Amino acid sequence: MASGVKPRVKVPKKATAGEAITIKTLISHQMESGQRKDKEGNLIPRSIINRFTCEFNGQLVVDVTIEPAVSTNPYFQFEAIVPEAGDFAFTWYDDDGSVYETSKSIAIA
Amino acid sequence: MEFSRRETLGMALGAAVMTVLPLRVSASTEDRIAEFTGGADMADTGVELTAPEIAENGNTVPIEVSAPGATAIMVLATGNPTPGVATFNFGPLAGSQSAATRIRLAGTQDVVAIAKLADGSFAKASASVKVTIGGCGG
Repeated sequence: MASGVKPRVKVPKKATAGEAITIKTLISHQMESGQRKDKEGNLIPRSIINRFTCEFNGQLVVDVTIEPAVSTNPYFQFEAIVPEAGDFAFTWYDDDGSVYETSKSIAIA
Repeated sequence: MEFSRRETLGMALGAAVMTVLPLRVSASTEDRIAEFTGGADMADTGVELTAPEIAENGNTVPIEVSAPGATAIMVLATGNPTPGVATFNFGPLAGSQSAATRIRLAGTQDVVAIAKLADGSFAKASASVKVTIGGCGG
């Protein structure tokens, strides 16, 4: 049921070395909580993204364990330090085993 | 005003149910907190939780947590069918130990944030959110 999943990430293009930048991420996903019922009264099975990680050049920035109480199209905003030019890797892990990845590079101004 | 034996018993039963019910709801929250902290005491300062006082739509309530120097922050919604919301683990490149997200709340309740600080101690903050429309379907 994970159709139309599209990650969106906002990272500044440039930063000064050692600067803390704000990163915003959003992934379109219905985040079915497992609490809702369909028209026949059957429970709709849970189908969510259960983990999100952000790494910069292989070093961890943030690792979020997600539970059903996170809204549809989970949005996260956090800060990261940029010690050098490189790539941010964003990874989302779906309940069904799918992994969604995207990356953004950043230059030192 | 006089009470019959039946009325008195009924009231006593009602009062007993009233006291037991809230405990039941929060039991799993207590479990989650104990699991995270290992039963350690929690300080009242050191973590900040920003949540709206009134949320019109419980399906998407913006919250923000911040705890300088924390290694992890757990967010719990005490009044949800399952209290867990999210746990943020901060790595060496985290610019600040803060994060913002949007959560679902089933109804008016307290949202709790517990931070695991760098020295191994814990801090707790809570915010009461009034929800006009719940966000858990059903």
